[in-house]
Amino acid sequence: MKIPLSYTWRSLWARRLTTSLTLGGIALVVFVFAAVLMLSHGVEQTMIDTGSDDNVIVLRRSANSELVSQIDRDAANMIGTNPAIATARDGKPVMSTEVMVIINLRKKETNDMGNISVRGVSPEALALRPQVKIVEGQMFRSGSHEIILGSSLAKRFQGTGIGEQIRFGDALWTVVGHFEAAGNGFESEIWGDVEQLMPAFGRPVFSSVTLKLRNAADYEAVKKQIESDPRTQYTELKREKVYYSEQSKLMSDFIKILGLVVTIIFSVGAVIGAMITMYAAVANRTVEIGTLRALGFQRRSILGAFLVESVFLAVIGGGTGVALAALLSFVRISTVNFGTFSELAFGFTLSPSIVVSAMIFSTLMGITGGFLPAVRASRMNILTALRSA
Amino acid sequence: MFIIKLVLKNSVRHKLRTFLTILGVAIAVMSFGFMRTIVTAWSAGVQSSSENRMITRQAVSFIFPLPYSCLQQIQQIPGVTEVSYANWFGGVYKDAADWKNFFPRIAIDPETYLSVYPEFILPADQFAEFKKERNACIVGEKLAREHAFKLGDLIPIEGDIYPGRWEFVVRGIYRGKDQSTDETQMFFHWDYLNERMHVESPGREGLVGWYILSVHNAADMPRVAKAVDDRYQNSRSATKTETEREFQQSFVSMSSAIINSLEVVSYVIIGIILLVLANTIVMAARERTKEYAVLKTLGFSARHIVGLIAGESMFIASTGCVIGLGLTFPMAIGFAKAFPTFFPVFNVETITIILAVAVALFAGVVAALFPATRAVRMKIVDGLRSID
Repeated sequence: MKIPLSYTWRSLWARRLTTSLTLGGIALVVFVFAAVLMLSHGVEQTMIDTGSDDNVIVLRRSANSELVSQIDRDAANMIGTNPAIATARDGKPVMSTEVMVIINLRKKETNDMGNISVRGVSPEALALRPQVKIVEGQMFRSGSHEIILGSSLAKRFQGTGIGEQIRFGDALWTVVGHFEAAGNGFESEIWGDVEQLMPAFGRPVFSSVTLKLRNAADYEAVKKQIESDPRTQYTELKREKVYYSEQSKLMSDFIKILGLVVTIIFSVGAVIGAMITMYAAVANRTVEIGTLRALGFQRRSILGAFLVESVFLAVIGGGTGVALAALLSFVRISTVNFGTFSELAFGFTLSPSIVVSAMIFSTLMGITGGFLPAVRASRMNILTALRSA
Repeated sequence: MFIIKLVLKNSVRHKLRTFLTILGVAIAVMSFGFMRTIVTAWSAGVQSSSENRMITRQAVSFIFPLPYSCLQQIQQIPGVTEVSYANWFGGVYKDAADWKNFFPRIAIDPETYLSVYPEFILPADQFAEFKKERNACIVGEKLAREHAFKLGDLIPIEGDIYPGRWEFVVRGIYRGKDQSTDETQMFFHWDYLNERMHVESPGREGLVGWYILSVHNAADMPRVAKAVDDRYQNSRSATKTETEREFQQSFVSMSSAIINSLEVVSYVIIGIILLVLANTIVMAARERTKEYAVLKTLGFSARHIVGLIAGESMFIASTGCVIGLGLTFPMAIGFAKAFPTFFPVFNVETITIILAVAVALFAGVVAALFPATRAVRMKIVDGLRSID
């Protein structure tokens, strides 16, 4: 016969202070666990969203990031003639030859230096990346020293308002617009005309070429064509999504490993907390347990009841922890991304799989913490238990 | 004396519970120590930076080089005793996806570089060998251990910033002067890099990543920085000169968001210690309500009751703290072994130990506060009547 669930529930309620202390411990651990996963997921998601499915980026072979890649003008022109590239209304290929450099700007809050990516782009860049939308001001005019920058940059860095001027690469550049890009990595960049930025930075070559395919399925064929052409064989093609998710790998792995090491240690602490509570519960209720046994409840039922009590505790704690972590979704942080060596703004991103893992994690803590005390309760001898009062 | 004896007796009344609580506190203290160690390791570069070195780099960003011709001009500046230079080489060793294969590779001028960085200790014979060969390199002891590099080994690197295939022969293994010296770097000849750039990428020769200035008197630093930066202010390559400490600090502050969140996590740990400890003390005090009433009846004052409860709390907290600190060291060493190039320097600092002790004592006091006030305020009659 099963012991009713209301017994479990009322037992927890009867010792409110101890219950809530244990609950708090579990909630904290699950909170940290979920927060770490959310952060790691946030970096990944931000970078993956930066790429588009039908876009392809061309870099120098073995260059892991745009910063160290070099593509010369002849090769870029060659790539532009590939018929698989989508064409705009005016018949030009939807392709952007880009240069990428890093400059330092000061943060508004702390006055610390931050590394900011400056991307020189071709006029087709907006057609290539439709998620980028000018929200304030206007697009830079080609051939001018005008720049636009992502809105998350504008919020955090000095001198980034519209009409303000930033000095880099031997010239003054006027900010003429702010853009949004659905929260992805571009929002942490400065964009300007590639033909102006290259001479300003003394760069004779492009960093990368990004192109839109007519049909995303053509990727393998185009990759083979370009990489085997003797004039462009020093290049390597990657799907834009793959490229950007690689840029986040170092960072998200770092957060994940560090975070998981910490939460595993934490969880041992929480399990011990649950164990203390459950042992005390068993000790306090010796007579009760004796009575239950005398009434005919099986050892198995006693074991089950105490285990359920512990799991109950853990699940409520876990739920509280996840709920607290969910509040973090409103927080955005910005830090240097190890992969690109420049600032990236990203948020804590909750996903269903994180909720599920957090709940499984808390249930496991409940079972580990409750098992030994439950075994002790179920092994009690009826007579000695009843007499112990 | 009597109180201490009673505290100890009380503590061992529920052996299992006390044991578990001590274990819980120990684990939390250990993770606190571990988190703080990560925070300090992050800024290890700042702490190990020398008082008399300055760095001159391109003003817009570290990624732009400066002309080699600055060398002589900087040497002329009064107060500067020696100037060296280096380039960040980058490149890919084996598989880039594995962190282990990411270690700093820097092109240097051997003679001056090792002279401005006396903390890198290289045996004289190895230094001579290193200087003789164009494509020779030296590696840090930690790095050599990690990748099993031996003298004479060939290290192949696929260039990215400097494209092409590069091969370097290990001709020396340097040691750090003390624990805080970075032993995970690889150095090779700037001349070799420059020659190959001259042949393979004309236009990219004669470029230097940054200059290292040795300044005899630290008080001269602001003047030297101004003199250098003024000298190049209106040139194509405007410079930014700062102390090595500031230079390192600028790298640390780039990831300040991560460091801040690690700090927040370490505070959360304090919360966990408190919850575990408070739970046990509250439970113990409630079970002993009747005894406290008896003690009060016998004439023991509030002071004694508080001493009993706080004493037990402190006893558990401090025992846990000692064990936790004892565990922190193997944990830190294990982590440093598992990810040797993750943090070039990973040591438990004294400040970390002091903080951990403070945290445990704080938790011990706070955990006793609530049950102690309750026990003191309790009326004797109620206490004697209580059932539990």
